Amino acid sequence: MTTDAPHIHVEQLTMAYGSNLIQQELTFDVNRGDVFVIMGGSGCGKSTLLKHMIGLYEPAVGDIFYAGRSFNKTDDAGRFQLRREWGITYQSGGLFSAMTLAENTALPLQQYTKLGATEIADIVAYKLALVGLAGYQDYYPSEISGGMQKRAGLARAIALDPDILFFDEPSAGLDPISSQLLDELILQMKESLGATVVIVTHELASIFAIANNSVFLDAETKTMIAYGDPKQLREDSSEEKVRRFLARGKSGNGSTA
Amino acid sequence: MSSAVARYVCSQGPEQSTDICFSGDWTLDAPAPAFTTLASELEQQQNRTLRCQVDDNLEWDSALIAFLLQCHNYCLTRELTLDSSALPDGARKLLALSTAVASLEIAAAEPKSLLERLNPSAPLLRLWHSLEAALEFIGSVSLALGALMRGRANTRLTDFLNFLFEAGPKALGIITLTSFLVGMILAYLGAAQLAQFGAQVYVADLVTVGMLREMGALMTAVVMAGRTGAAYAAQLGTMQTREEIDAIVTLGISPVEFLVLPRLLALIVIMPLLVIYANFIGILGGALVASGMGVSLTQFLEETRTVITLTQLNVGLGKALVFGTLIALAGCYSGINCGRSSAAVGEATTNAVVTAIVFLIVADAAINIALQNMGI
Ligand SMILES: Nc1ncnc2c1ncn2[C@@H]1O[C@H](COP(=O)(O)OP(=O)(O)OP(=O)(O)O)[C@@H](O)[C@H]1O
Ligand SMILES: [Mg+2]
Repeated sequence: MTTDAPHIHVEQLTMAYGSNLIQQELTFDVNRGDVFVIMGGSGCGKSTLLKHMIGLYEPAVGDIFYAGRSFNKTDDAGRFQLRREWGITYQSGGLFSAMTLAENTALPLQQYTKLGATEIADIVAYKLALVGLAGYQDYYPSEISGGMQKRAGLARAIALDPDILFFDEPSAGLDPISSQLLDELILQMKESLGATVVIVTHELASIFAIANNSVFLDAETKTMIAYGDPKQLREDSSEEKVRRFLARGKSGNGSTA
Repeated sequence: MSSAVARYVCSQGPEQSTDICFSGDWTLDAPAPAFTTLASELEQQQNRTLRCQVDDNLEWDSALIAFLLQCHNYCLTRELTLDSSALPDGARKLLALSTAVASLEIAAAEPKSLLERLNPSAPLLRLWHSLEAALEFIGSVSLALGALMRGRANTRLTDFLNFLFEAGPKALGIITLTSFLVGMILAYLGAAQLAQFGAQVYVADLVTVGMLREMGALMTAVVMAGRTGAAYAAQLGTMQTREEIDAIVTLGISPVEFLVLPRLLALIVIMPLLVIYANFIGILGGALVASGMGVSLTQFLEETRTVITLTQLNVGLGKALVFGTLIALAGCYSGINCGRSSAAVGEATTNAVVTAIVFLIVADAAINIALQNMGI
């Protein structure tokens, strides 16, 4: 299954809502095992890019390839296969409010595996424990805090040991300790399962702690203005805007890199 | 990819320990052994330490860690030591992460006793509580109305106009259809009986009085309960789930003034107008049926003119006001008291419609009895 093609390849992507152009001419690669960060100011189209990468929206122009396969040009069976390998969290949670955390987390397992009810319950217990929610199986999303909802969404995303993880601002609303546990979890998913991680985040501390590749979207020019390792970009990006964005972390926290 | 069966072997290890050696495919796609069997095996041994070992051919993913987590929890309760140092690096770290935060001690909900579950007073108590809540709601609506009259309510005219448009012009199509058909039904109903006396022309009286006093208001109300009452419940319920109502409250705005009043007033204003329209259309429907039975349009209208009195019209309009109020209150009450999940919104909507229709019929009967006694 592994080919030489990058795990995700974005080719000349233009994104628009109707006639409202959001970003254009995005071309970048995400390699297998990368922790890839999508950065940029608020409203520049990060979530939109993520939603294109998970096949929710169709590109206005261009295409996105997963190990050489285009999602948009694949039939339903192929899409099902690709999606099996993805774990996704949404910016505003996306938990099913009418289901308990256990039911939420069990859903992908029921959908994609042939496991029995007790086995699923065991896996669910483990996944919830991984995100620090051990014992919260029977809570409804409305009965836990906002940060806990974020983590519950994460538990659902990693239920199937996905190949690619897409996170939209997973650490927003988390305390520093949980946030650090989350970083560690992401690194573990990557190391132990060989997952590729695509993550939208503003947390400079976690960008420098986990990311090894990134793209910076700019709202004014409506395209990417930087691409590469964020630690490198902070030192020698040709764009003043990118260096400023990344340097905020230095003044607040001297020991990041 | 090998596909060996997932298995473990327990054996006596060095220094008072038990070795558990994992081998095969411990993956989500393959069946894994149940932890309970291992637990019962472990009951047989005296050692205080469990050492996890792995075989070279081990394939693993979450299935293995889920199993190990159960081992960990088992050891925690028995005060045994779990030595995971021989596990693959990734597995060890994932296990460490998943045990980093202690599990929530669940105060296991005590299973309710049979008596408690069958408690005969419980439904009555629930009924009482919901009655209390409903009265409280009606009270706060009255207070808000008072505030509005003194010009101090946070009710926006644009909202009111929007709801007026939603409930009025947009409902005309369906009201036309239903009242035309109801008029026809009334005519057929009467025609069969009146024909026996050769008094077909009195079909006009039956249809007119029937529409004006009863069916015009009732049918319109049923349609509006399904259409607008349900919409109110769904709107407010969704706002509740998305914390919008919390936001309104914390802005210092009364949700009753801001959300309920414009909806309530819109329905109160629009219902009588819709009912007048429904009456008109219903009589037309009756006339159509009558003309098929030899009563000409002029005859029909002539007869109608003799029975239309202000009293008859007012009875229908009075009912329209009451029904409109009931529908809006039922819809808004269900919406505002909605739970915070998507299923709760559905429940609230159902509740709004069912409550509204039940109350419509009860109110209609009460009004009719009262009018009968007053001789109107
Ligand atoms: N469903 C939509 N329909 C139309 N326009 C949209 C939609 N969603 C987002 N937009 C617009 O697209 C632009 C990018 O939105 P997006 O959510 O991708 O921003 P973002 O980079 O994720 O911002 P943030 O950091 O605040 O989450 C915004 O200007 C927004 O107004
Ligand atoms: Mg976003």
